[in-house]
Amino acid sequence: MTISKSLKSGRRGGSMKRTRRWQTALHYLILTAVSLFFFLPVYYLIVGSFRPSAEVLSGISGFVPTNLSFDNYTGVFEHLSSEATGYFGQFAAVSIIVTTVVVAGSLVVNSMAAYSFARMQWRGKKVLFLLVIVLTIIPFEAVALPLYFMFSSQRDTVYIQAIPFIANAFSIFLFYTFFLDVPGEIEEAARLDGAGPFRTFFQVVVPITKPAFATVAILTFLAQWGSYLWPVLMVSDPTVRPLPLAISIFQNQQPPEWGQVLAFGTMFIVPVLAVFLIFQRWFVASISSSAVKG
Amino acid sequence: MPARRRSAAGLSGHRLAGPLFASPALLGLAIFLVAPFVLALVLSFYRVQLNSPRPARFVGFEQYTRLFTDPDLAAAFGQALLNNFTFALIVVPVQTVLALALAVLVNRKLRGMVIFRTFIFMPLVFPLALTAVIWRLIYSRGDQGLLNAILGLFSGGSYTGHDWLGDPSTALGSIIVMSIWQSVSFQMIIVLAALQSVPTELYEAASLDRANKWAQFLNVTVPGIRNTLIFVALITTIFSFRLFDQVYLLSRSGSVDRASTETVMTQIINTGFDNNNVGQAAAMTVIFMLIITVIAIIQRAAVRQRGGV
Repeated sequence: MTISKSLKSGRRGGSMKRTRRWQTALHYLILTAVSLFFFLPVYYLIVGSFRPSAEVLSGISGFVPTNLSFDNYTGVFEHLSSEATGYFGQFAAVSIIVTTVVVAGSLVVNSMAAYSFARMQWRGKKVLFLLVIVLTIIPFEAVALPLYFMFSSQRDTVYIQAIPFIANAFSIFLFYTFFLDVPGEIEEAARLDGAGPFRTFFQVVVPITKPAFATVAILTFLAQWGSYLWPVLMVSDPTVRPLPLAISIFQNQQPPEWGQVLAFGTMFIVPVLAVFLIFQRWFVASISSSAVKG
Repeated sequence: MPARRRSAAGLSGHRLAGPLFASPALLGLAIFLVAPFVLALVLSFYRVQLNSPRPARFVGFEQYTRLFTDPDLAAAFGQALLNNFTFALIVVPVQTVLALALAVLVNRKLRGMVIFRTFIFMPLVFPLALTAVIWRLIYSRGDQGLLNAILGLFSGGSYTGHDWLGDPSTALGSIIVMSIWQSVSFQMIIVLAALQSVPTELYEAASLDRANKWAQFLNVTVPGIRNTLIFVALITTIFSFRLFDQVYLLSRSGSVDRASTETVMTQIINTGFDNNNVGQAAAMTVIFMLIITVIAIIQRAAVRQRGGV
C-alpha cells in the first residue's frame, strides 16, 4: 500500500514536472518574443550604422549584417564639417557640459535644500516645503513657453540650457525621503564633536546617503541627456546645439543618408548604453525608488 | 522641555543655516518655475508678441474665448485636445497592463533572466528624439520599410505596404507603439518593485487555501499592488498630456500626418514660438496646466482613499 501510494504520488509528481517544464518553455518563448520587440530597433540602429545608406531601407535585408564598414561614421564627420552645419564633437561637447552641470548642480543644491527641510528647524520651513511639494506636479512643458519669453535674450548660450534645470522640486522631495531615514544620533554625535551644519552635512550625512545621490544623478541624467523641447526654443546656432536637437536636424538632410543618420544615433546612444549595461542595477533601483518614495 | 531648549540653543549659533541650505534651490525654483508659471497666467490675458514694437495689449478673456469659439483656432485646438485624450485613453490601460504583464514575466527566477531583463530595459536610456528617428525608418512607407517588410514576409507577399505615419488612421497608433516601446520598461520597473514587496506569507496562505495561480494573482497580487497600479496609470496619463518630442520631430520631418497627431504641447510651441502669438499660447498653457492639476488631484485622492480604507 505504501508502495502504491508512493508510486502514485511519484507519477503525479512526474506529470507536474512535465507541465512545469512546458510552462518554463512557454515562459522562455514569450520572453524571447518580448525581448526581440525591445531589442530589434536597437540592433537595427547599430547594424544599419555600418551598412551602406541604400541598404538601410531595404526590407528584411535591412537586418542582415552585410557590407559592413565605417563609411557612415566618416560620412557624419565629413558632412558636419563647417560652422553652418555644426560639428559632431561640438554637439557632443554641449550635451556633455550641459548634462554634467545639471547633474552636479542638482546633486548639491537639491540635497542641501532637502536636508534643510528634513533635519533643520527654521521659521517658514513648513510652508515652503509644502510649496515645493505642490511644485512637483508642474511639468517643464507647462512653463517652457513663458520661460522662453523671459530668457529670449539669452538664446544660443550654453549656460541657459543648463541653469533652469538645476533646482528641481522632485529631486528635493526624493532627497527628503532619504534624509528622513538618517538616524538622529549620527548628527548629534557630529554636533558634539563640534561640527557645524555644513561639516555635518557634507562629511557625515552625504557619505551615508550615497544611494540617494545615485538615484537623483541617474534620473536627472536620463531627463537631461535627451532634453529636446528647451533646445528647440533656445538654440538656433549650430555651435551650441545639443545632440537631441542636432539629430532631429541631421535626419532631415536632403538627400537622406540613412546610414549616416543611424551612425549619428549610434554615437549618441552607445556611450549611454555602455554606462547602463555596467550600472543596470543602479538604474533599476533609482527608477523603482522614484515611485516607492513618491 | 529643557532638552528641546538646549538643542535649540545648540543650533542658535547656526540660526541661518536652515534657510541658507534651502535658498539656492528655492531661488532656482522661484525664477525658473514659479515666475514663468505666473507669467503664463498674466500673458494669457494679453495680446503680446516677442520682439515686437507694438506694446502688449490687455484683452481680458479673449484668448480663452477665441480658443473655443474662433473657427480658425477652435477646430485645431479641439483636435489637439482630442488627440491627447485619445492617446491617453489607449496608452494608459495598455501600458499599465503591459507593465504588469512584463513585470510578472521577468519576476520569475529563471536562468538567463538577467539577459532578458537587459534587453527589455534597454529602451529606457533612449532619448525620445532618437527613438523617433529609429521608428521613422521602421515605419517607412513602401515595401522597403522594415515593418512593412516583416508584415509582407508573414503574409507571404500578398501585403503591399502601408504608410503608417502618413495615413491619418494609423499615425497616432504608430506614435503610441513607439512611445510604449520607449517608456513601458519605466513603468514595469515600478510595478516589479511593488510585486516584490507583496509579503510572501500572503501567497503561502492563498496556496494553503488551494487557490490556483490565477486566483492568487487576482486576489493577492493585484490588491497588493493596487496603489502602485494607480500611480503608474496616473503618471502615464500625465505623460500622455506632455506628449511633444516624438510628434514635433516627426512633423518637422514631414513624415507624419499632422492633424491626427498634433498635441496640445506641439500647438503651444507652434503658436507661441513659430507664429509668435505668445498670449494665445499662454492661454493654451494655462488650460494644459489645469488638465495636469486635475489629474494630479485625482491621483492623490485615489491613493489616499485606498490608504484610508
